[in-house]
Amino acid sequence: MVINTVLAILVTSIATYISRFFGVMTSKKMRENSKIFKWFNCLAYSTLSALLARIIIFPAGALAEVDYIVRFLVVFICLVIFLVSKKNFVYPTVLSALLLTFLSSNF
Amino acid sequence: MINIKYFLKGFFCIKSANSPAVALAAGFIAIGALFKSIGLNIQESIFSTFLTYAMPGSLIMAESLIVGASLLNIFFAVWLVNARLYPMTVSLFPLLTHKSQPRLKYYLACHFVAVSAWLIMKENYKSVERKYRLDYWIGVGVSNLSVAVAATVFGFFIADYLSKDMMIGLAIVNPVYFTCVMVGAMKTIQMSLAVILGSLFGILFYFISPEWCILFGGLTAGTLAFFVGELNGN
Repeated sequence: MVINTVLAILVTSIATYISRFFGVMTSKKMRENSKIFKWFNCLAYSTLSALLARIIIFPAGALAEVDYIVRFLVVFICLVIFLVSKKNFVYPTVLSALLLTFLSSNF
Repeated sequence: MINIKYFLKGFFCIKSANSPAVALAAGFIAIGALFKSIGLNIQESIFSTFLTYAMPGSLIMAESLIVGASLLNIFFAVWLVNARLYPMTVSLFPLLTHKSQPRLKYYLACHFVAVSAWLIMKENYKSVERKYRLDYWIGVGVSNLSVAVAATVFGFFIADYLSKDMMIGLAIVNPVYFTCVMVGAMKTIQMSLAVILGSLFGILFYFISPEWCILFGGLTAGTLAFFVGELNGN
C-alpha cells in the first residue's frame, strides 16, 4: 500500500505536470496579440467552464451524495447573490458552504 | 534570480478582497480529510498536494486508490482531467515572457498553473512591469500553493471531527467561487460565449464520454466562441 500510494502520487504529479510543461514549450514564441493566443484564451476559459459544469452536475466524492436539484439551487442562489452584491466574492463563497450543509442535512 | 519586491507583491495578492484563499482552503481541507480517510499518512498527503497542486487530479487519484485502479489508469484519468492546464499555460505564459528571464525558470514556474493562481495573474498582469511578471507570478503561485498545503494538513488533522454534511459543504465552496469568477470574466462576446458554451458542451459531451467531456466540450466551445467573437469584432 505504501509503495503503491507513493507511486500513485508520483504518477498523478507527472500526469499533471505534463500539460503545464508542454504549455510552456509550445507558447515559447507565441505573441499575446496573435489569433492563436486569443483562441487558446477561449479554450482555457471554456475548458474551465466545462470542468465546473461537470463538478456541479456530475460530481465525484462528497458532492455526489447531494441531490442534483439541491446542488443546482445552491449554485443558482450564490450566483444571484454574487450579481446582486456587485460581484462580491466573499458572500456567495461563504454562503454556499452553509447553505449546502443546511440543505443536505435537512432534506 | 528572483526580484524579491515583485515576488512579495505577488505573494500578498492572496490577501486581496477577491482572493481565492477561502475557496482554495475549503477545497484542500476536504482533500486533506479525504486523504486521511483512504489511509494516506500526513507525509504522503503533503507530498501529494505539493507535487500535484490540482484539485480534480487529487480527487481522481484518491478515488483510484479506493477502487485499486492501475497506475496506467490513474495516469490517463489524471492527464485527461488536468489537460485543461495546457490551454491555461499557453494563454498565460506569453504574457510573462521577457528575454532577461532564464528559460528554466519558466519550466519551474509552470508548476503553479492552477485555476486560483491563473485567475489572479490574468486579472493583474497588466499592472506589473513585463520584466518582473514572472517573479510576480512565482509569488502568486507560492502563496496559493502554501494555502493549499496548509489546508491539506489542517484537513488531515480535523478529519475525524468533520461530519459528512460538513464535507459536502466544503466541497461546494470551490466550484461556487470559480463559477462566480467565470461569470465575472464574461466581459466580451468571446469570453461570455466561451464560459456559457463551455458549461453547455461540457455537460452534453458527458453523455458521449465522461472521460473526454472536459476536453472535447472545452475545445468545441472555445473554438466556437473564438470564431463568433472574431466575426463580431470580439
